[in-house]
Amino acid sequence: MKRGLIPLAIFLIVVGFLFKGLFLDPREVPSPLVGKPAPQFSLPRLDNPETKFSPKDMLGKVWLFNVWASWCGACRDEHPILVELSKAGFVPVIGMDYKDTRPEAQQWLDQGGNPYNVVAVDADGRVGIDYGVYGVPETYVIDKAGMIAYKQIGPVTYDALRDKIIPLVKRLQAQ
Amino acid sequence: MKLTRIVRLIVILCLLQSVSLWAQEAQPLQANAAVEVQVERLSTQLRCLVCQNQTIADSHAELAQDLKQEIREMAAKGMTDQAIIDYLVARYGDFVRYKPPFNPATSFLWLGPFGLLLAGGFGLFVMLRRRQKMSADVPLSADEARKVSELLK
Repeated sequence: MKRGLIPLAIFLIVVGFLFKGLFLDPREVPSPLVGKPAPQFSLPRLDNPETKFSPKDMLGKVWLFNVWASWCGACRDEHPILVELSKAGFVPVIGMDYKDTRPEAQQWLDQGGNPYNVVAVDADGRVGIDYGVYGVPETYVIDKAGMIAYKQIGPVTYDALRDKIIPLVKRLQAQ
Repeated sequence: MKLTRIVRLIVILCLLQSVSLWAQEAQPLQANAAVEVQVERLSTQLRCLVCQNQTIADSHAELAQDLKQEIREMAAKGMTDQAIIDYLVARYGDFVRYKPPFNPATSFLWLGPFGLLLAGGFGLFVMLRRRQKMSADVPLSADEARKVSELLK
């Protein structure tokens, strides 16, 4: 009787770990950038390549930084949610068009609506590397001091907005 | 007549043979061989985050190609392996390394197998000791002793 208990205990521990593993997404790699200053850059804007956008322009505001591309399938899922969020007008959303072409990006915004205050164009993906982008879409919450407070890997969902992003933005805005 | 035809055939065969000599190893894209060696060495130690079970060297994902190019440029600037790895870890985290560093979060990963080996060895030792004792301590009954001596006759 007693001898059977040890293998049973080991078995239950292994089952416990495997069960926990069911709910972990291996694609979600925690970003080392959370809690660090958002990397600086200066990129041409989609609407007007002559003018540039830089994160410095947003100092003093809490903002969302959404990395997207017209070739990205999951971006299609989150796009209407971002459009709705921008209509609410409670937090500025800056887009970064990642490794994309201007005509395709423009067409995407014409068709699906433009939720972005500004879209910066990262044609060669260099700024993406600085932000540790590896799976578009990715969304960063950046606080008034220009620090990255949160990173959403994959599409922004209603659940993520309600449970994480909106409460966090409200808290940061109150600071 | 016939002989010249044979000679001609031989000459043609020889020429065809030499075609393979024109083939060459693929040239590295960059002229600087030392940089290529460093890029190769580093890209086999770094994980492609898009296809997570491949190194950057193995992966054909666009991000992996971009990172390889980034590494190539850093190598050309004369950065050391450690500096380049640090640059990537700052952006993508320790996960980008195939060989994770030893820290409190990864200590279980590094020490776990040795712990299991020790526990298993200890368990085996205890079990063997117990078995040995069991076989040594049981005395033969008179009946068994008679059987044994009969068999050994």
